[in-house]
Amino acid sequence: MPARPITGALLASELMLQFRRRRTWAMLLALAAVPVLVAIAVRVSSGPPSGRGPAFLDRVATNGLFVAIAGLTLSIPLFLPLTVGVVSGDSIAGEASQGTLRYLLIAPAGRVRVLLVKYAASVAFCLAAVFVSALAGVLIGALLFPIGPVTLLSGTEISPVAALGRLALVAAYVSVSLLGFAAIGLFISTLTDVPVGAMAAAVVLSITAQVLDSLPQLEWLHLWLFTHHWLGFIDLLRQPVSWDSFGDNALVQAGYVVVFGALAYGRFLTRDVLS
Amino acid sequence: MSSDPDAPYRDAPSVEAHSLAIETRGLTKTFGRQVAVDSVDLAVPRGSVFGFLGPNGSGKTTTIRILLGLASPTRGSVSLLGRPLPAGLAATLPRVGALVEGPAFYPYLSGEANLRRFDAANPVGHPSTRAARVATALERVGLAAAARKRVHAYSLGMKQRLGIASALLVPRELLVLDEPTNGLDPQGTREVRSLVRSLAAEGVTVFVSSHLLAEIEQMCTHAAVMSAGRLVAQAPLDELRAAGSASVTLRTPDPGRAAAVFDDMGLRMLPALDDELTATMPVGLEPEQVVAALVAGGVRVRGFGVTEQSLEDRFVALTGEGFDVAR
Ligand SMILES: Nc1ncnc2c1ncn2[C@@H]1O[C@H](COP(=O)(O)OP(=O)(O)OP(=O)(O)O)[C@@H](O)[C@H]1O
Ligand SMILES: [Mg+2]
Repeated sequence: MPARPITGALLASELMLQFRRRRTWAMLLALAAVPVLVAIAVRVSSGPPSGRGPAFLDRVATNGLFVAIAGLTLSIPLFLPLTVGVVSGDSIAGEASQGTLRYLLIAPAGRVRVLLVKYAASVAFCLAAVFVSALAGVLIGALLFPIGPVTLLSGTEISPVAALGRLALVAAYVSVSLLGFAAIGLFISTLTDVPVGAMAAAVVLSITAQVLDSLPQLEWLHLWLFTHHWLGFIDLLRQPVSWDSFGDNALVQAGYVVVFGALAYGRFLTRDVLS
Repeated sequence: MSSDPDAPYRDAPSVEAHSLAIETRGLTKTFGRQVAVDSVDLAVPRGSVFGFLGPNGSGKTTTIRILLGLASPTRGSVSLLGRPLPAGLAATLPRVGALVEGPAFYPYLSGEANLRRFDAANPVGHPSTRAARVATALERVGLAAAARKRVHAYSLGMKQRLGIASALLVPRELLVLDEPTNGLDPQGTREVRSLVRSLAAEGVTVFVSSHLLAEIEQMCTHAAVMSAGRLVAQAPLDELRAAGSASVTLRTPDPGRAAAVFDDMGLRMLPALDDELTATMPVGLEPEQVVAALVAGGVRVRGFGVTEQSLEDRFVALTGEGFDVAR
């Protein structure tokens, strides 16, 4: 049986389903609104950099390209996990509660294929979410602020084009950061037929992990948390680029993908579909 | 079926295996402590239209879920189109169309888009013919005009039709339909019946569950009856009808003597009125023999009637169906 083109057909169908949904567009719009709001707020209240507020926020006024970075930084702790949690938590549970899961399985889509395609769609959403957020930041930044050579954290100046390259690296970093969380969401989604429950559980988990990451008493745990490296993309804004945190982050995320992918597989392949 | 010229050859095991579209052995499914399906041995011959009857909660849908690999049995084995499950699932399911516990769709997609999605999930649903097959299936269930409407704007009956359409996207060898006429108007019900007949004429085996006996009677060649998780009858429909015994009603001033005669002949007495006795006839006994015996026994016969038991009476007798769900 030609497994590959068929998986392609199901994946195409899944992506179409996801990106045709109003919910997906609403979430992407909300993510795009974050840098826009940041830019407008800074523009309206523009004064000399105060040195206060979240990282990068005070640099926005000096260079439009920082809007995208500031927007991503603000979205990482809550908005990105919220939207990714909705998509990945809904992935299996949503189909189950709707009853379409049984029709996919008797089509027969095959349980492994359903799982792979659902995860792939969640990953596609992660990419889209980060891309939309970064793009909205660049556009609004170019509109409201000057664009010029960017001064990196290490003090070096790079050209705007090189800065866009750095932004692409940051976007890739943030997307990779979400892969482990998307796998956790997928696993939770195989546990229940109640999509809202799965979404909420996933989001609560991401917040809990961030809280634990901020408790110095639990330092031994920090390296194992999927949220630990979420803000580590700053290392990509130095000259020369420091790839250490990219590597550490990718490794942690890969570990989570393997472990929770295996758990989801074990659960979903043996589970009775009774909805 | 009994006059089937091939019948003697069916004894060979390989042919036997091939002649069954669905075969279960000791199929059991428990939910916690509740036994939803209890040692069910189904044998659905290929080419039959097989009615799967049973009151609410008797285990029909649970059995169907197991047949389609959605749930795994607690005990027992299933083979579908000659292949044992679960190993044979991937190979057999493309040849099986099914409707399980009502249709389910993506409400924000059109009927047509829903069918395309399910077809994309089927390894044998070739993309190049998809549009044509979807259109044909919609045509076949009379939904061509509503194809582009979002499913959340469909009525219950339209959804039911769309569900049947999705079972017909590719040519199937077996259709498993769980209460296919649920929610359909009388016209729709008739259309489903004629659809089932035309599919059967094409050689498709149809396994259809229902709690409506009349429906099964009108379209099935075989039937099985479930009651509280157990299979209480399974046979060609004609045999089920024949097995339904007749009952006799006797009016007489000598009920005592009459009761003794009935007893001798093996008739089973039902609760009686003063001068009227009712009893069910054992198989093989003719009413005239009963009258002769009564007269010979000195019973004064004032009235004698015979009532053939309908399939419905038999269904009620088998399932003990009252209004309340058994469990
Ligand atoms: N997911 C489940 N968890 C626990 N018990 C269940 C579950 N699904 C079904 N049951 C039980 O199994 C029994 C059989 O249910 P099933 O749905 O198979 O009945 P049915 O014959 O299809 O009834 P109906 O005619 O109402 O559709 C019922 O007693 C029901 O309570
Ligand atoms: Mg049912």
